[in-house]
Amino acid sequence: MISLAGRDILHSWGKFVFTGIGLGLLIGVTLSMAGIYRGMVDDAKVLLDNSGADLWVVQKDTLGPYAESSSIYDDVWRRIQSMPGVEKAVNVTYLTTQVHHGRHDVRAMVSGIAPGGPGTPGWPPYLIAGRHITRSHYEAVADIASKFKLGERIRIRRNYYTIVGLTRRMVSSSGDPMIFIPLKDAQETQFLKDNDAIWEQRRRTAANPNFNKPNSPGLLNAIIASQTTNPYVNAVLVRIKPGYNPEKIAQEIQRWKRFTVYTRAQMKEILVGKLIATSARQIAMFLIILSIVSSAIVAFIIYTLTLGKIREIAVLKLIGAKNSTIIGLIVQQSIALGVIGFVVGKVSATLIMAPIFPKYVLLEPLDSVMGFITILIICTLSSIIAIRAALKVDPAEAIGG
Amino acid sequence: MSSKGILIKNLKKRYGSGDTAVDALKKVNMRIAPGEVVGLIGPSGSGKSTLLKCLGAVIEPTAGQMMLGNEIIYDNGWKVKDLRALRRDHIGFIFQAPYLIPFLDVTDNVALLPMLAGKPNSQARKHALDLLTALDVAHRAKAMPSQLSGGEQQRVAIARALVNRPPVVLADEPTAPLDSKRALAVIRILNNMAKKFETAIIVVTHDEKIIPTFKRIYHIRDGVTYEEKGAGIEP
Ligand SMILES: Nc1ncnc2c1ncn2[C@@H]1O[C@H](COP(=O)(O)OP(=O)(O)O)[C@@H](O)[C@H]1O
Ligand SMILES: [Mg+2]
Repeated sequence: MISLAGRDILHSWGKFVFTGIGLGLLIGVTLSMAGIYRGMVDDAKVLLDNSGADLWVVQKDTLGPYAESSSIYDDVWRRIQSMPGVEKAVNVTYLTTQVHHGRHDVRAMVSGIAPGGPGTPGWPPYLIAGRHITRSHYEAVADIASKFKLGERIRIRRNYYTIVGLTRRMVSSSGDPMIFIPLKDAQETQFLKDNDAIWEQRRRTAANPNFNKPNSPGLLNAIIASQTTNPYVNAVLVRIKPGYNPEKIAQEIQRWKRFTVYTRAQMKEILVGKLIATSARQIAMFLIILSIVSSAIVAFIIYTLTLGKIREIAVLKLIGAKNSTIIGLIVQQSIALGVIGFVVGKVSATLIMAPIFPKYVLLEPLDSVMGFITILIICTLSSIIAIRAALKVDPAEAIGG
Repeated sequence: MSSKGILIKNLKKRYGSGDTAVDALKKVNMRIAPGEVVGLIGPSGSGKSTLLKCLGAVIEPTAGQMMLGNEIIYDNGWKVKDLRALRRDHIGFIFQAPYLIPFLDVTDNVALLPMLAGKPNSQARKHALDLLTALDVAHRAKAMPSQLSGGEQQRVAIARALVNRPPVVLADEPTAPLDSKRALAVIRILNNMAKKFETAIIVVTHDEKIIPTFKRIYHIRDGVTYEEKGAGIEP
């Protein structure tokens, strides 16, 4: 037996190819959507992996430092460092801000990293060019997604930094490139007041008789000094010694030190489950809408193609073709359309959409397989209307009145 | 087991029921021997198409008997279960328009029937090609139907009707779209094929050009058939 569907497709290939391309672009958008979601999850995962931390110590009752703001004193790390099982506890700051270069500016997550050299939690684990930060001021390591180049001078708030190293795939959970600068600079940047505000604060402090006492002349200066230092960080990253249970240590820090502590699993839950939950729901909605639109298109096309073949179907039935032969003709065409659409969609998503999309698009092979199966199911279901129309055709119609 | 052709006894067909009932066939009696080509002639609305549909096993008669080949297919009720297989293996159809499958080439249009009956592709195509040769269209075997002339298309349609060697062929105005020369050629082919394959052929027609070629003619009027001797002129 020959494939009637195959012959019909070869005969009217133009119709199939053009419809397939249209459907394919839609499928490409759908695959890219799924890829964007995977990309967001992966961004969150690399953020956590690259931090090199097992525990995040943040301000009590906050979801910090990525999902909510958190600030804790910058000497907390010493007490944690001395706890048994803690290999390393280091300060870290995160600030999402516009970073300027000449006339351009880029949205980036600026992270202040504590001294200690590569391998310290919070430091970028590897560079693709240049070197790590060696001076304690005004050097920066930037992710290449920021488009900054080695040696360029960038401005973060009021200070200028020189790019000394580049990383790849170091992004915030919302996909912004990360820029690493020394912790001291970052603290200053994050908690920095502008000059007018500093003068205003000094004037107010000096005008307050409680602080400006004639019999204790050092007090005013001490208070002003304490106001202009920035003794806060957003979190302490903790690395646990091998063989110790992170959850146990987290509980201990939480109990004795009055902080909130998250393990890696909990942090992932915050990033994936809470931070990108709304985006994920939006994407899910888009996926549903796109699936419905694709089904409607396939159903409509297959129905139209079938109506165009009513006479042939009547003849086939009259000369003794089985219903299964006719159903096969329709379903195979529908599936062929889906396969053309999937190939076009996969190619366009991989070669066109993913590279030009501003966010990281992670096309997982398993998603493609799932997508392919979904398309086959959609195509089969969409041909039901056409099949019903074909089965209703009366072979007597071929004989006519 | 040789075919007995077509035998129809007191066939009746009523459409609908009650006040709106139409008795399309009231009393149809026919007997067509294997190898014989008879004409079926009657005015519009006389029941020709209804009779073909009953014989073609696509609508069910109301009463009477029908025998095709050597099988009683209807005796106040269908006597065969699988009407599709009956049509495929025992009845050839030729329509006013060729109704070829546009996406199959000439060979496969003809080979489709044996393929549907489960014959291997190569064997089905060989049958088809033999028949196309006999009908003088083998040179168009690889062409698509849309590339053929009207006469060629009709010959391919005849090949399709004959390819399973059915004991019975039903032709519904097969010469209507053709000029006189081609119309007569079609009848000549049908006569030859009827003899060659021992097929009983009924040709429904209005066509004045071909009526004189039949040796026997059935007239039908208001659902009743009358037999008549034809001129039997060689086409
Ligand atoms: N499906 C049907 N339902 C009801 N009446 C029908 C139907 N088909 C045909 N008829 C009636 O049966 C009679 C015979 O019709 P038909 O067999 O088509 O005649 P012919 O083919 O000779 O013109 C006509 O009166 C026609 O109106
Ligand atoms: Mg008619």
